[in-house]
Amino acid sequence: MIRVVLPAHLRALARIEGELSVAVTGAVTQDAVLSAIESLYPMLKGTIRDRTTRKRRPFIRFFACERDLSHDAPDALLPDAVASGAEPFLIVGAIAGG
Amino acid sequence: MSGVRVLVGTRKGAFVLTADGKRDRWTVDGPHFPGWEIYHVKGSPAEPQRIYASQTSGWFGQVVQRSDDGGKTWNPVGNEFAYEGAPGTHQWYDGTPHPWEFARVWHLEPSRTDADTVYAGVEDAALFKSTDGGRTWSELSGLRGHGTGSSWQPGAGGMCLHTIVLDPSDERRMFVAISAAGAFRTDDGGTTWKAINQGLRSAHLPDGDAEVGHCVHRLAMHPARPQTLFMQKHWDVMRSDDAGESWREISGNLPTDFGFPIDVHAHDPETLYVVPITSDSHHFPPDGKLRVYRSRSGGNEWEPLTNGLPQEHCYVNVLRDAMAVDSLDSCGVYFGTTGGSVYASPDAGDHWHEIVRDLPGVLSVEVQTLA
Repeated sequence: MIRVVLPAHLRALARIEGELSVAVTGAVTQDAVLSAIESLYPMLKGTIRDRTTRKRRPFIRFFACERDLSHDAPDALLPDAVASGAEPFLIVGAIAGG
Repeated sequence: MSGVRVLVGTRKGAFVLTADGKRDRWTVDGPHFPGWEIYHVKGSPAEPQRIYASQTSGWFGQVVQRSDDGGKTWNPVGNEFAYEGAPGTHQWYDGTPHPWEFARVWHLEPSRTDADTVYAGVEDAALFKSTDGGRTWSELSGLRGHGTGSSWQPGAGGMCLHTIVLDPSDERRMFVAISAAGAFRTDDGGTTWKAINQGLRSAHLPDGDAEVGHCVHRLAMHPARPQTLFMQKHWDVMRSDDAGESWREISGNLPTDFGFPIDVHAHDPETLYVVPITSDSHHFPPDGKLRVYRSRSGGNEWEPLTNGLPQEHCYVNVLRDAMAVDSLDSCGVYFGTTGGSVYASPDAGDHWHEIVRDLPGVLSVEVQTLA
C-alpha cells in the first residue's frame, strides 16, 4: 500500500484523519497514485490536479523522501521507499503569503 | 412559527444565521468549510432544505457543496466545469487573445420549481446548468458563442458571470450579467442570447454606448414584475421596463452612483435598495458613513437609511452578492460587509441591527423565508 499525506483542507473535504493508504497496481507513479486517491475519494477530483489536463494545480507540491517531486513527469516512478510503503507521499499546499 | 435563515458566504467559510419572525435574536452557526472562500450560498425556492454552496480556493480549486437539511450537514457534489467544445479565446487585459479558463463559481441560482436544477455563473464568464442536484454540469454555451464573446475583457475582479436572474413567469427566460461584458438575456432556456445594454453609458469605453463592454455589477427584479429590471452598474443605477431592451438612469439624488448590490422590496416593486460607494478608486462609503439608500418611487428619489448603521469611521464595502430581502409581511433587508458584519433590518430599512460582527469579509448574503 502507498501511504499518502494530504493537506489539512483536503483531509477535511474527504473526511480523512491522518494518513491514507491506496493500492496501486503496476508502476507506482504520481499519476497512478493520484488516480488511486481520486478513485477512493471522488470529491478530491480537481483539487490536486486539473480534471481535464491532469496537470498539478499551481499551488500544490509533491514531496517524498526529503525530495521535491513536483516537477517530475507524472509517469516517472516514485522512489522505492514510497512504493514499498516505508515513506509517505506528501501532497502539500504551497506556502503563499507574507 | 415563521422565521428566516440567512446564508452568508465569506472569505474564510460559510455561516448560517437563523431567527424567528421577529428577527431580533439570532443564532450563528459556522464556519462551515473553514478556510475556504465561499463565494455564494443559496437555497432552493422549491425545497428550502436544499442549499447549494460554492467553495473555492486558490490552492485546491472549486468544490460545490450541497445540503439537504437546511445547512446542518453538507456533501460535495460535482465540480467539473468543462467548457463545451474548443473553448476559444476572449481578450486579455492587454488586448491579446486569451484562452477561456475556468477559475471559480461566483453565483449559484437554484431553479424556482425544481430543487435538482441549478445554474452556476463562473469565471471565466460562462453559464452552466445542472439538472441532477449539482452532480454534473453542462455549459449553456450559446452565451459565450453569442457573437461578442471573443471581445469580452475582464475587469479588475476577473471576467466573471456573477448575476443570474430567472423570470418567474417564463422558465425559458433568464438574465445574466458579466464583468466587464454587460447584461444578456435568453428567451429560449439558454440556447441563444442577446446583449441587452442599450442605454448604458460607460466612460471607460471608447464607444460609450457600445453593445458590450459595460461593467454591470448587479441586476435585480421583483418577481411580480419580470419586465422591470434594476441595475447597479460600475457607475450609474439603471432601470429597464422592457426586459432589458432599453435602460434609463435612475441615480437621481444619490450621493454617488457607484456601488455593487441592488435589491427590491419583497412586496413593493417600486422600492429599491442600494449602497452607494465613494468611487471606483475608493471602495468605501462616502464620508465614512455606512448608508443604505432606499427609493420608494422606482428610482431617482432616494433617502438615506442610517438608523443602527455606523455613521463615522466606516470604510468597508458591500459586495454585489451581499444583499438580500426576505418575504415576511414586514420585509427584512440584509447585507454583509467586507469588514465581516452582517446587518439586518426587520422593517424594510427603517432600523438596522448588527446580527454578527468580525466574521471574515462577507462575499455573499442570501435569505430564506421559512414557513
